[in-house]
Amino acid sequence: MKETKIKTRDLSLYYGAKMALNSITMDIPEKEVTAFIGPSGCGKSTFLRTLNRMNDLIPGVRITGEVLVDSLNIYDKQIDVVNLRKKVGMVFQKSNPFAKSIFENVAYGPRINGINNKTKLEEIVESSLKKAFIWEEVKDRMNDSAMALSGGQQQRMCIARTLAVEPEIILMDEPASALDPISTAKIEELIHELKKSYTIVIVTHNMQQAARVSDLTAFFYLGELIEYGKTRKIFTTPDKKHTEEYITGRFG
Amino acid sequence: MSRQKTITGGLFVGVTAFSAFLIIAVIIILLVVIINGGKDTFSWEFLTSFPEDGMMKGGIFPAIFGTVLLVLIMSVAAVPFGTITAIYLTEYAHEKSVLAQTIRFAVRTLATVPSIIFGLFGLGFFIKFVGTGIDDVFLGGQLKWGQPNILWASLTMALLTLPVVIVSVEEAIRTVPRELREASLALGATKWETIKRIVIPGSRSGIMTGTILAVSRGAGEVAPILFTGAAYYLATLPTSLSDQFMNLGYHIYIMATQSANVDQTLPIQFATTMVLLLLTFTLNLAAVIIRSRLRRNAK
Repeated sequence: MKETKIKTRDLSLYYGAKMALNSITMDIPEKEVTAFIGPSGCGKSTFLRTLNRMNDLIPGVRITGEVLVDSLNIYDKQIDVVNLRKKVGMVFQKSNPFAKSIFENVAYGPRINGINNKTKLEEIVESSLKKAFIWEEVKDRMNDSAMALSGGQQQRMCIARTLAVEPEIILMDEPASALDPISTAKIEELIHELKKSYTIVIVTHNMQQAARVSDLTAFFYLGELIEYGKTRKIFTTPDKKHTEEYITGRFG
Repeated sequence: MSRQKTITGGLFVGVTAFSAFLIIAVIIILLVVIINGGKDTFSWEFLTSFPEDGMMKGGIFPAIFGTVLLVLIMSVAAVPFGTITAIYLTEYAHEKSVLAQTIRFAVRTLATVPSIIFGLFGLGFFIKFVGTGIDDVFLGGQLKWGQPNILWASLTMALLTLPVVIVSVEEAIRTVPRELREASLALGATKWETIKRIVIPGSRSGIMTGTILAVSRGAGEVAPILFTGAAYYLATLPTSLSDQFMNLGYHIYIMATQSANVDQTLPIQFATTMVLLLLTFTLNLAAVIIRSRLRRNAK
């Protein structure tokens, strides 16, 4: 087992009075792919968004317990959320390119970090697009609008945009759910490649996808972490009956 | 029974069609009368020359110039102020907070205040209070800012058009998708960076619509500038913010009520009305086109 990158301790989350996550404790290892699965509304996306504090943006959300990234509690008052989000990047379900050129999309994060040198920016943009397996497709049209890309290309460009900030952890919220099978395959191939350098946490609705890309799988149900372990074990001999029923498609 | 229903139904269709027709008829009559009365006077010469012979001959250039200058200065004041207010309301204020609700109430109220009240406010606040104050403090009581001029008139008009700007910009800001804000924040941008780089550029067409609507409103209103800067007749164009100015709407009013010979000025009056209508109509059309494009993009 590799080093633990993210730890949660008794993490609960409430929307107003309603409890959405119930006392979740788990360790997520470094440079592996951890998949969150479970039926809609089970809290897996909500849980993912607690890891870079995206839930802060939603009014009425209250959190108890701890989330430790590299042993630092990210809900501590001294933590700078902006720096946290640079370290913990996020790729969303729906690709969300800015209404800017491909170059400016990828350069967005570095620019915010104060990099304005054109050569330096070009270097970062190129290497990020290469890491996201999309450089060859876009290198001759860097100044075209990112909106003109296909859905799959947009999503890979969004991944490149996240990589340009040089995060250590990448959270992916159903990154391929809106894509065709070929684009999905490309994203999955990319995830395999990225886990060499990054810790990846992915929420997915697609059980086969979880089985294909992840090293560890966590099954959530009604805001609780039901079972968590090696992906192979979860998909072949789960300990809990609930997990088995979900995986074999008896509910979900 | 069924026959009676048919008759009632038919009657209703007739009434609605008649109402609709009436509206169209009013517009057509209005346009026909104005164009008919003004078409012989309307010319390039008319647009570019000064009034002559006690405004019974000549053109309306100073009034056009004054109107354009008025709406320009007004926009410089109203657009940034309105945009900033809209950003505060949509991005920073909590929807239910007392402050936000007070601001919204104030904006709504401001939009319903009769325009003559703005004129009186401008006279009392800008001229008597601010202007006279400046004269007393900086010019030793010499009268310069404490009288009607284009600056005070423009600022008064800016107050009147502020709600238009605020509402348009707010609407545009709300069409910027949440996903884009999240993408920006997830890349480590602060809230202000997200507003500056994503929200404001995404609201550009809304800011534009608001500006055009405000300009179109400002170009047509007369009451707010009545006491604050519009002049009956000026032989020269305004060259400083402390000068008075001529204005299209006010010019029409003057010619209709103060002319020495109404029959002689009537064609000039019609032609001036034509110019004013053309101006506001074009501006409104531009705003409608931009706004519909904005709504389409939002979908």
